Parts: sequence; C-alpha cells; structure tokens
Amino acid sequence: MTAETSVSYEALQAQANSITDLFKGRGFELVAPAYLQPADLFLDRMGETIRGRTYVFTDLDGAELCLRPDVTLPACRVYLERHPKGDVEARYCYNGPAFRYQPGGGNTMRPREFRQAGIEYIGGADREGSEAEVTGLVVEAVRASGLKGFTVRIGDLGLFEALIQALDIPERWRLRLRHFFWRPPVFRDLLKQLATSPAGDLDAAEVGLVATLDLADVESSETSVAAYLEKADIPLDGVRTLSEITERLMDLAADAKQTPLPPDMVRLIEAYLAVSGAPGEALARIAGLTSDAGLDLGTALQAAHTRLDKFAGFDLEEGMMTFNAEFGRDLEYYTGHVFQIEVPGKDRSGQIAGGGRYDDLLSSLGTPREVPAVGSAIHTERLLAAVQGGVS
Amino acid sequence: MSNDPLILALPSKGRLMERASEMFESAGLPVRKTGHERGYRGEITGRQGVEIAFLSASEITQQLNLGRVHAGITGEDLIRESGREGVTRIELLRPLGFGGADVVVAVPECWLDVSRVGDIEEVAAIFFREHGRRLRVATKYMNLTRRFFSVKGVTGYRIVESLGATEGTVAAGTAEIIVDITSTGTTLKANHLKVLDDGVILKSQAMLAKSKTASWSKENKDVMEQIVLCLEAGG
Repeated sequence: MTAETSVSYEALQAQANSITDLFKGRGFELVAPAYLQPADLFLDRMGETIRGRTYVFTDLDGAELCLRPDVTLPACRVYLERHPKGDVEARYCYNGPAFRYQPGGGNTMRPREFRQAGIEYIGGADREGSEAEVTGLVVEAVRASGLKGFTVRIGDLGLFEALIQALDIPERWRLRLRHFFWRPPVFRDLLKQLATSPAGDLDAAEVGLVATLDLADVESSETSVAAYLEKADIPLDGVRTLSEITERLMDLAADAKQTPLPPDMVRLIEAYLAVSGAPGEALARIAGLTSDAGLDLGTALQAAHTRLDKFAGFDLEEGMMTFNAEFGRDLEYYTGHVFQIEVPGKDRSGQIAGGGRYDDLLSSLGTPREVPAVGSAIHTERLLAAVQGGVS
Repeated sequence: MSNDPLILALPSKGRLMERASEMFESAGLPVRKTGHERGYRGEITGRQGVEIAFLSASEITQQLNLGRVHAGITGEDLIRESGREGVTRIELLRPLGFGGADVVVAVPECWLDVSRVGDIEEVAAIFFREHGRRLRVATKYMNLTRRFFSVKGVTGYRIVESLGATEGTVAAGTAEIIVDITSTGTTLKANHLKVLDDGVILKSQAMLAKSKTASWSKENKDVMEQIVLCLEAGG
C-alpha cells in the first residue's frame, strides 16, 4: 500500500489552487463538503454498483458511513442544509479527495484516493445558459492548466426522453424503456421482447390468474388477487402492497394483449442511439429521423440547438466537440446535457473531466420541489499527467 | 523456515466436521486432537510435517485467503464469496461430495408477478417510485449477490447485511428479497418465500482447497501431495 496520497503533491496543489482561483473569480463559492458521508444516501441514489467501488463501514454507534466516492452528492447536501426549500440559486466549487475501491489496490491512473476539483451550479433558471456556463468554465480550467489537444464529447439525455415521449406506446413501456436506458444490454433485450412477445414469460401457475383480471377495473382485480392468495394460503408479506402486485399483474395482462412494438419504431430507436458526429450535423440527423417518422421532439430539439448557440459565447468551438446520442448511458443520475473532456489514453486515463445536468438529485435528497442543477468534476491526477505528457 | 509444518485447517464443528473427519479416517489419515480435548490443534496419526488447525468454516476461508494456513476444507459458497473479483487467492482442489446446498435468490410467495430475476429490476423501478427507496436484499453473500445481479442486469436494489436468520427478514419487514443458502428449501417454504426460476446463484458443496498466498516449502508441497493422493484413493 502506498504511503503517500500523491507523489506529485506540490504540483497537484499548485494546479488545484489555480483552478479554484479561476472558479472563485467567476462567482463560485469554495465549499468543503464532508469526506465522511452517510452510506445510505449513496446506496439509495446510485445502487449497489457504487457500493462495489465505495469504502463502506460501520462506526461504533452502528451508523453505516462511507468515504465519499464522488463530491457532487456531498456538495448537494451542503446546499440542502443551507437552503432546505431549494429556492435559492447557488454556485459552489470544491477541491478535495474522493475514494474508490480499485481491484488490486489501484495504480497512478486509477488511484483509490484521488482529488476532484469541480463546480456545481444549483437552481439556475436559464437552463441552456447554465449548461453552457458550466461546460465552458471547466473547459477553460483545463485549458488554463495547460491541457492541449483535447476533445469534448457531448450528449443529451433530454432528447432520448423526448423521443420516448413522442412514441405512440403504452406509458408502462415508456417507464421501462427509460429505466433500462442505463443498462444497454438489458435495453436491447427489452426492445427485442417488446417487438416479439411483450408480456415475456409468465409463470404457468399465474397465467390463469392474469387471464381473469379485468383490465378496466383495478378494484375487482385486487379482489381477485387477494382471493387467489387466500386460497393458496399465501400471506401478504413484506412492504410491497396488494395494489402494487396487482398493478404489475395487470400490466402483464395488458402486455399479453398489446400489439408488439412495430419494427419501424425499434429501428428508429436504434438509429437514434447510433447518431454520432459533429453536433450540428448530429442534431440535423435526429431532426430528419424523427420528422420522417412523423414525430415531434417538441422543445427538446430546440433546447439542444440553443445550447450549441450558447456554447459559442464560452470559447467552445463546434470543431472540438462530438455529439453521441448514446453518451451518458453509464451515468445514472444525469437527466439532460452531459459532457466529457477527453484526450487519447488507454483505459480511463484520457477521461479528464465530466459533468452534466442532474435535475432529480436534490429533490430525491429532500427539497420539496425539483431543483435544476448542473455540475462537473475534473480528475486532477489525470489532468496533471496529461499536461505533463504522462498520457501515452 | 523450511521446517515449518503444513497447516491444514478442518472444520471445528457440526456436520462438516463429522464428514471431514470420516473422510480422513477412511483415507487412512486418522485425525486426532493434541493437547486439551477442547483445544483447536491436532495431528494426523503417524504423519510428520503436518499440523491440523480446527477452525470454523468461515475462518478457514479467511485464513486461506490470508495465507495463514496452507490448505483446508470449507464450503465453496464461502470461498467464492470471499474474493470480490472471484476466486483469486485460493485454489479449489477437490469437491468432496458432502455439505451440498444452493445459494439462491428468493422473494415472497405473494409476489405473483415475479418469477424470474429479470422481473426484479422492473419491480425495483416501480418500488422506488412508490416508496422512495430501493428494494433491500438481505444476505451474508454480498459479493456473490452483487456479481450475480450485475450479470443479470439488476441494479435497483441495495444489500442489507444479514448474519443469521436471513429467511425471517422479509416477514420482519427489514428486507424485500433474500439471497441465502438452502439444502432442501423447507425453511424457505415455511417462511413463504419462493426461489426464482433462474435464481440459483451457486450449487455449493464442501471443497478441499489450498491457499495461493501461503508460503509453500518443498516439504509442505510433498506432504500436501501425499494427503491428496490418500484422499483420492480413499474417497
């Protein structure tokens, strides 16, 4: 186990100081979110995949804690403590360590203790304006640190959402498509299932029950399910209610009668996800795909164009950007614009900084209403290595 | 250094201990305790260069991983659970044909809409909307569970560690799903739980295993080889 958190400590500190000075100069207040965080919050928001990479432990009082694996959520807790109603605009920046388990103890490019420098712009009313501001400022920060020859990959989860919304399919399918968007292999299976036999496999024993449910009448269906359980002597154990179980059975029953997803819709979704290229051209292709299908993406496409226009005001030229419709699929809490600053490099060493819009996070932490938020973090070790030419 | 004996760890209690000592007996390797009757050290009568450590099955797994014992008998479930990335520090030598049981995913019988592991993810999404939290999976097999669910594309859950009476957690309201070991399924049934159709994570049994991290002298290797030969001939 290495004894030093970093062998380039002085250089990292100098870099961090100039980055935070830049952030502060642009009106971002320097905050110091706690290193120790309640494990619950991370596990409930980000699930077990993050636990697999997080140092979780129990203290003497039995509280389950973790070393923060990321600083966005801890920074949101700072906001929540100061503004529980979520009704204030705030710009925060931070610089400090985060901790992630790395198999075999990690190495210099994937250290288990690393420093993130970042910004969070919470409550900004001008959506595309705040997205451009955050993206532009982080690009400026890495450029000022000496990074050259980088590209910016962008994506827009709002466009996918608009596409799903525009399709003429049952709402329950929209929920599933949205939910599984984050897991590409499962998403592919789901598309295939919806296009062939939407109800999937039902347990033989339950097929009879499902067939008797009255799809128009929740109450009578609930009664049937309750009677079935009673007859089979099965208690209603656990937290899921009779109506939750019934509703999903009714969904399965409805799926069994539903016409499968038409092949042209499957092709449209696949074609959308494959869109990649210069941002302007990519948006034009998406507009073409959807209008050919007779769909209207509403304000989402306009917002993507507005964002591109606003980028120009922040030294973000189109030439340095590529748009991937699929980008962002592995970053579950983002909800709209996403971006990543990249240089060539193996593994993840070339992923210097990333960020995006996360409108659901604060309300899931407890604000009474949805609070728009955009943030970004720089992986400072990777930035330093890239600047020093350490990335091959 | 090279005179250090081979340390072989055997289960110190229960069925696993009985079956292991029977197996050694019939292989012509009678194991007996040295020192106090209640002690935890032993030897193989008439064999030099080997010392027996009587430990609990979970301790045996731990000591094998740390390289503090050379070899031992323990459950395959414990070995596979012990490494985050799978079995890396322990080598499985020989399944022993006893201590068989399955590590399974089980849900309440009343979940009529759930029969396969893939259903869990959809239920999890709805559950999160309705209850504002993830489905809880009670288990002592945190790593096996995580790996299995990850392969199946299930992510909308969180684990609550359970070190005993896992099958009671659902009725007690502390978990929605369990991952537990079962040999006959009777306990699950009695607690109104059902195993999912594709919910068998591992068919486990007792294993003879050796540590890849222990320091193995030439003598240790020779002694181990002889023991394995005897067990093969006797079994």
